[in-house]
Amino acid sequence: MNFYIVYILVAVGLFAFAGLFALFGVYAERKVSAFIQDRLGPTETGKFGLLQTLADALKLLQKESIIPAAADKVLFVLAPIIIFVSVYMGFACLPWAPEVIPSDTNLGLYYVFAILAIETLGILMAGWGSNNKYSILGAMRSAAQIISYEIPAGFAIIAVVMVSQTLDLQQIAIQQGTLSAEKVKFLGVWDVTHIGGLLSWNVFKAPHLIVAFVIYFIASLAESNRAPFDIPEAESELVAGFHTEFTGMKFAFVFLAEYSMMFLVSMIAVVLFLGAWNSPLPNIGSVKLADWTTGLVWGIAWTFIKTLLLVGVQMWIRWTLPRLRVDQLMNLCWKVLTPLAFLCMVISGVWRLWVM
Amino acid sequence: MTNTYKAFVTAIKGLGLTLRHLFTGNSERKVQPVQAPNYFKELEIGTNTIQYPKQKLPIPEVGRYQLDVVIDDCIVCDLCAKICPVDCIDITSIKATQSYGQTSDGSKKMLYAEKFDIDMAKCLYCGLCTVVCPTECITMTNEYDRSVYQLGDLTYSFSDMSPELVAEKKAEYEQAQAQKLAAKQAAMKAKEGGATS
Repeated sequence: MNFYIVYILVAVGLFAFAGLFALFGVYAERKVSAFIQDRLGPTETGKFGLLQTLADALKLLQKESIIPAAADKVLFVLAPIIIFVSVYMGFACLPWAPEVIPSDTNLGLYYVFAILAIETLGILMAGWGSNNKYSILGAMRSAAQIISYEIPAGFAIIAVVMVSQTLDLQQIAIQQGTLSAEKVKFLGVWDVTHIGGLLSWNVFKAPHLIVAFVIYFIASLAESNRAPFDIPEAESELVAGFHTEFTGMKFAFVFLAEYSMMFLVSMIAVVLFLGAWNSPLPNIGSVKLADWTTGLVWGIAWTFIKTLLLVGVQMWIRWTLPRLRVDQLMNLCWKVLTPLAFLCMVISGVWRLWVM
Repeated sequence: MTNTYKAFVTAIKGLGLTLRHLFTGNSERKVQPVQAPNYFKELEIGTNTIQYPKQKLPIPEVGRYQLDVVIDDCIVCDLCAKICPVDCIDITSIKATQSYGQTSDGSKKMLYAEKFDIDMAKCLYCGLCTVVCPTECITMTNEYDRSVYQLGDLTYSFSDMSPELVAEKKAEYEQAQAQKLAAKQAAMKAKEGGATS
């Protein structure tokens, strides 16, 4: 019986976290964009405009929920729920700290990747259900983009899985620090099992994983429909893409999903490549920095810091690079990222066999 | 391949540029007039936002914004109304029986301004009226922030005559005219009488 209470608490906690992060994310996004463009951003609501997104959320709550007369009502209403739930479920098996993981399954990575793909279905439903040609165009673009970019992202992930020999996200996390049971070698030569820190992260375990990380990061931008890959939304060409017709809370859920997705893909990147909850500080002789900064609270803090840094990079990229055209998008995906990711995967196999 | 390489290099350059600007947000904009030295260079340094009602950009003392009339200096010559390309100035006058005063530059005032309305909603800010005014009583001020709730509030009335005064002056003028007419008729009669007798 107690299990169920814990389960529900965890679920509610994750939902609350997603909501809070969306509030913070939108505020941060507006501030970052403002500073990049030499503006100020929100300043009026609360100190430094801190309450601005809360006020926006309250406003969204009061908005009328409109369903267009010609819309396919069932799909239209279900779409934002599916979009959000698919992302929200992805949080279920991400490790936060040693022994802190909502659901410790040995197929974690596979599950996350599978459930994230369902978001496309939600977007297609939204586009089709809206009965609006701009929405359906946005939805089709989204489908094309996500399906394409899942391939390089998948190969990049397989490169990591081949090196770490497991799909369990917690196992992958453990292997990147001082708690590792097996030998960790920096660039395949220097044994850093008891030194840990930055040196034992996956990106430094094998040099080709840095390339895999970059590929995964670019692909993850596309999968969360973030600029420069935001052609599904394309507010200048498609009004607002697949969510043109959504109002009030339905729109809020689509938005919530976008920001949760940003956090989720960044967190996966952190777990797979950047040492998850492991400390970046190495042990130096008797100064056991890595051992001192590994633990429950430290773990959660490291996860947060690393993930938020990546989210920051996503925002930075969004306000720097222009939106890609569809053909450029497909070019980049199929002619550059996919072969490179494939190469990474092959090198991973060789690495595992002969170097590690 | 070269394309991809170029794309990466330019992307990194762009990211560097935005990163530099990301940290300008902490220095607030110095509000200074356009005439200030290095005005446009200063814009590169901090944020560019002017928090409008709180901060205002200084503008020259003689701006070309709202029209203003010093009615005591006006001789109601109607030149401004005539030259106005959009007919936003509406003047009606009453003749005075004799000069009732002087403007600050010494012109005699022979007409009362019964109505001197300027419809700023129509005004195109060309400034022609200020150029033709012989006494320089109509000018443009540097007040640029004028928003009203009713369109009618944009019609400025500069005439300071009360309805009673208008009626009085009208009556005075008519009386004078009538007197003149009577005098004229009397003179005519006298002339006619003189001629016949």
